[in-house]
Parts: sequence; C-alpha cells; structure tokens
Amino acid sequence: MPGSTELGLAEAKRRLLAREISAKELALAHLDAMEQARDLNAFITETPEMALEMAEAADARLAKGEAGLLEGLPIAIKDLFCTEGVPTSAGSHILDGFTPPYESTVTAKLWAAGAVSLGKTNLDEFAMGSSNMTSHHGPVRNPWTRPEDNAALVPGGSSGGSAAAVAARIALAATGTDTGGSIRQPAAFCGITGIKPTYGRCSRFGIVAFASSLDQAGAFGRSVEDTALLLQAMAGYDPKDSTSADLPVPDWAGSLSGKVKGLKIGIPAEYRVEGMPKAIEELWQAGADWLAAEGAELVEINLPHTKYALPTYYIIAPAEASSNLARYDGMRYGLRVEGENLAETYMKTRAEGFGAEVKRRIMIGTYVLSAGYYDAYYLKAQKVRRRIVDDFEAAFQKVDAILTPTAPSAAFRIGEKMDDPVAMYLNDVFTVPSSLAGLPAISVPAGFSAEGLPLGLQVIGKAWDEQTVLDTALALERAAGFEVLPYGLS
Amino acid sequence: MAQAAVQANLPPGWFTHPLQRPLNQSDRSHMSLDKATVRRISELARIEVPETDLEPLAQELSAILGWIEQLGEVDTADVAPMRSVMPITHPWREDVVDDGNRQDAITRNAPSAHDGYFVVPRVVE
Repeated sequence: MPGSTELGLAEAKRRLLAREISAKELALAHLDAMEQARDLNAFITETPEMALEMAEAADARLAKGEAGLLEGLPIAIKDLFCTEGVPTSAGSHILDGFTPPYESTVTAKLWAAGAVSLGKTNLDEFAMGSSNMTSHHGPVRNPWTRPEDNAALVPGGSSGGSAAAVAARIALAATGTDTGGSIRQPAAFCGITGIKPTYGRCSRFGIVAFASSLDQAGAFGRSVEDTALLLQAMAGYDPKDSTSADLPVPDWAGSLSGKVKGLKIGIPAEYRVEGMPKAIEELWQAGADWLAAEGAELVEINLPHTKYALPTYYIIAPAEASSNLARYDGMRYGLRVEGENLAETYMKTRAEGFGAEVKRRIMIGTYVLSAGYYDAYYLKAQKVRRRIVDDFEAAFQKVDAILTPTAPSAAFRIGEKMDDPVAMYLNDVFTVPSSLAGLPAISVPAGFSAEGLPLGLQVIGKAWDEQTVLDTALALERAAGFEVLPYGLS
Repeated sequence: MAQAAVQANLPPGWFTHPLQRPLNQSDRSHMSLDKATVRRISELARIEVPETDLEPLAQELSAILGWIEQLGEVDTADVAPMRSVMPITHPWREDVVDDGNRQDAITRNAPSAHDGYFVVPRVVE
C-alpha cells in the first residue's frame, strides 16, 4: 500500500491497532522499499521470508487482541546483534559464514513484543568507525545528497546502515549500538533521531562486543516518540549481562510531554571548539533559544576535561577491543586461514580477517596494555575518565540536561577524511564524553548546514533520566519542525 | 585578526587542530615507535604484518600515541581509576546449571569440527 512507509512507528502502531492496515501490508510496503533502495547498501542480510511470517503471526495476534508493544511493526537490526539462524557479521570478514545459535536479549525482547524483522543492517567493522567506510560489506550511501550534486555521502557510523534505512523510509525504526557516538552521529548525518540510553539500560548479551565498559544498545526513529517507543521495547534487566541494571523500564513514549518549563539546561563552554562551522554554532544557539521560549532556563556550565575525552576514549576503547577481539582466532567460528602451525594460523587468520582500522585499534590496545605501559596509558585513562565523570556530576548539580551540537560537521563525501585516522576520530568529539560517563544522550535533527545537509542537536541527561532527555528532545523537535525528505528520495 | 578573535572566545587550551594535523607531522617524536616494536606488538596481537607495512604502521601508531600523550597534562594524583561507570551491585544466584547440552549448535559454526569437537591444528608436537 503506497504511503505506509511514510508513517512513523507510533502512527503505524495506532493504525494497526485500529485495524486500518494489516501487518502484512506494512511488511510488504517496507520490503518493496528495501528492494528499491538496494543501492544504499544499508543491509547486509535481508530477511523477507521472516518478515512475512512474522507479519502474518502479528496479524493473527492483532485479530485476537493480543498485541505486543511493537506488534506488526517492521524494523531493522544492526548486524552487531546476534540473531538465531540469521547470519551475523559485525561488518567483518572474520565472521564469514557465522550464524548464531542463540538470540541477543535485545532482539529477543523485540520479537516478543511483536516486531517484524526486515533484516540486518550494515555497519563499520566491529562498530569501529564514524563513516560506515570500514565495513567489509562496502560503504553505505546516505539517502541525503547535497542539493547541487548527486555525489554519495557517508551516513555516519558505526550504525550507518540502520540510520540510512530509517531515513530512507525502508524501516520504521532500527536498533543501533553506541560506544562513542555510533548512534547519535549517524542519526545527525541522516536527519533522524537516535538515542543512547544510560549504560546498563539495555542488555549487552548477544551483542558482538567492542568496548564492554562503553557499548550500549539504543534506538533510531524518525521522531522522538518513535525512538522512545522502540527503546522501551529494547530495555530491561537481564541476568545474562552482569552490567545490566535491575530497574523497571518506564513508559517513556506514554509519558512524553515535551515540557521543559522550569528545566535548567546547561550550555557547556568547552563545546565551543575552534573551527566549528558557523551553521552548527547558530543551530546550537537556536536550540537554546527554542528551549528558553518554552520556559527552560539556560545555564552556562563548564566541563573542563572535555578536550581529554577523545584521547581517553582512544586508550580505553582499543584496550577493551584488543581483549574482546582476541576470541577471533579461526578455531570455533568464522574464517580460518591455515598456516604451518597453530601460531601462524592465528596470525594469518587475523591478518586476513580484520580490516585496517580494526587492526590499528587492536594493536594500539595491545600496546597500551602491554607490560611496562599499562600504568602510563590504561590506568591513566581510567583516572582521566573519572575526572570527566566528575565534571558531569558537578554540572548535574546545577542543571537537568545539557544541550550541545551532535557532531562538528554534516555528512561528508564517501572517501573524504579517510587517510587520517585521527581526523576521523574528531567526528565523535561531542558524543564521546557522555559515553565515557555512561549517560543517556539523544540526537534530534534540527537544522541544515551551509551545503543543505541535516544537522543534529544533542541532549545529554542524568543517569537513568531518559525521560528528561526525551522531553527536551521533543521540545526541540517541535520547534525545529524538521520535516524535509532526503533529497535522494523522490 | 579574525583567528585571534575566535581563539579569545575559547576556553584556554582547547583546540582541535592538533587532531587535524597530518599524521606524518607528529611533533611528539619521543613517542615514536620503531619497526621492532611494531613487530613485537603484531606478535602479541597475533596479527601478521608484512615487513613492508611495518614502517607506515609505525608512523600511524606513533601519531595516535603522540596525540594521546596530552593526557599527561591532567593531574590524576589522587584519582581512583574508573573501572565501572555505573555503580551496579552484582546479584547472587543459585549455583545451578541452567543452559547447556548444545554441543551440535556450538560446533556448527566451526571451520572444522568432528564428532562434537573443534578440530584445530596440532598444538603439541
């Protein structure tokens, strides 16, 4: 049925419950959109048969009045979540042929809530990247292009396929994971909403591990309400993840008010970095003005250790990655390249199986954890991390939420910035500090760059206070009125 | 100068341009890794690196480590390292088996498996 891919997740839910559309019609429309938009390379594995089966089962439950939270709603899953019987690649050559014999807790919750699987989305290899260019399965195209030309732009990363699929109206919503900005930055680049909840909200069980003290699952949608609804179905305590928090999951979507009256919103001076495009600074100011117009009080705050967040992250994340990725040895799953002996088999398998960025990070991580350097690097980074967390704790004594830009630029061209890893790392300059502090943060599309590309604003909240983050984001969404379709879509 | 005006509005010491400097212009030469060190890291990491790639990789890794060095500026004398960001208390549970007997499912993904075992290269000569 034409037009149903234009609905949001929450609106499609209302129509399904009212029996105005069927889950099967909705699935067919989205599968068609997926086929039409294959040139985006947003999916690594499509699951059309599964989608139709799940949709028919959803229609049966809807008919019986037994609808789950996401009954009959077609969504996409980042290919970092293990899905039983469906290949899971983490965007890497080293997991070639791997089909998990178990289901991640987050996806199990989504299927139990009645969601319909469209497929597994493309990503930077092992979620290491900010452009989706490090995927073994090739780059993803952002559905947005600059108005004046048709040159392919990156969707951001690492959850680039999920963000592109939602922006291109292939999926109503999608899951992502965020280690240093991997949901928020692609959401900003693709003109959609993306939230990373508090560390511990979503179970990490069955998510291919990158940096365990930072990895957190989250949600993409085309509105704050849609994003809240999906996150609600993903979150919750899981005994299989020792860092999962045993807290009830609030009805975030149902409690959304968009009220910011009386809230104190912090504007951190340290996020005014040199060389930030003027459009981003102006949008940041506009966002502050919109919130003030709704009755929020703006408060200048300081987060003095902001500039140390990225270098801290680039010790902690590679160190944890080098340890987590030690399991890919060619013995139990994935690729094996035979050598003369066991050691050589390991070295050849990992040399061929990992891409350049993953190797670079494993080697940095191995070095900073090696004998004689552990204290100077890893321990030092863990101490600076506490300084960064202390900055946020002090700030949240004075404010209820913090407003910043999401990324220091709009989407760039495929191939740009690829030669210098450190320049690439700069993409995450505004998202990494809240990741290190484990705080909930959202990106909302709010305006345009000088080239006419979407820009996002980030709202960071107190631990476990996703509701304030979502309400502040909704106030921004209403004021911004961002309703432009990607130029790439006709 | 426009440049000076911009910098005057910034908090002291916060510039992103060191991040944007091309990698071969590291000003932290004392941090540079040599080929032998990179070879040793590659052995520890169990990643084969061809001889011709050692030098370029040494430069890349040196630049990243040089950039990371700025953490030395932060006073962390009395700071306890942060190992877990959320204060989560680990729950107790009964010490019982609640999963298992899934040998077939587990070995199904192996590059080589036989009769419920992973087949690996000879380890002991």
